[in-house]
Amino acid sequence: MAEFDQELDASGLNCPLPILRAKKTLNSMDAGQLLHVIATDPGSVKDFDAFAKQTGNELLESKEDAGKFHFMIRKA
Amino acid sequence: MDKKLAIIATKGSLDWAYPPFILASTASALGYETQIFFTFYGLQLLKKKLALEVTPLGNPGMPMPMGMDKWFPVLGMALPGMQGLMTSMMKQKMKSKGVASVEELRDLCQEAEVKLIACQMTVDLFDMDPTQFIDGIEYAGAAAFFEFAGESDICLYI
Repeated sequence: MAEFDQELDASGLNCPLPILRAKKTLNSMDAGQLLHVIATDPGSVKDFDAFAKQTGNELLESKEDAGKFHFMIRKA
Repeated sequence: MDKKLAIIATKGSLDWAYPPFILASTASALGYETQIFFTFYGLQLLKKKLALEVTPLGNPGMPMPMGMDKWFPVLGMALPGMQGLMTSMMKQKMKSKGVASVEELRDLCQEAEVKLIACQMTVDLFDMDPTQFIDGIEYAGAAAFFEFAGESDICLYI
């Protein structure tokens, strides 16, 4: 796993909370910084993809590992 | 310029409280400028103290736990206490699945500057007391809604 600036554990949270928490965390970060999000909601895979496309924040990585979903997002 | 989402919320039950607040808070996170216009029973969603319930009555699509629909067909759903029972079961289910409460989603909407507008006509019609509503809402009518909705990219009636 690459290095990151902030980490958000959204495990156990359901739609739309992982996206809302991620957005809130990104708001407190600087452009170019990396946010690592962990989630258990299977719907979050498509949601983070769509979130990145619509907000311009870049989704560098999206993967499943041991039943959890990991997303690496670079703030625009 | 930001995209715009306009929602009309007309229903005042626990299950129907979710779509407007989920969509509005998510849209805000995606950069939409969002307004929700609450009319008729939708005004229940603006009360400080929410007393929202879900009813199994006239709702054949509602999944019933433990095969209850077999044991209590249609008329059984009208039994006293059934609505309260269904409501507490639904709340428990939501909590265990990590679904946010209506209050939490509403707070997130306000934090994200979603504009919440109460239909003035309904407030007058039902003699509703404005002090029972949360702070930070506006009161307006149909023409004011169209001023925003007419320029919206997405407009939903819920």
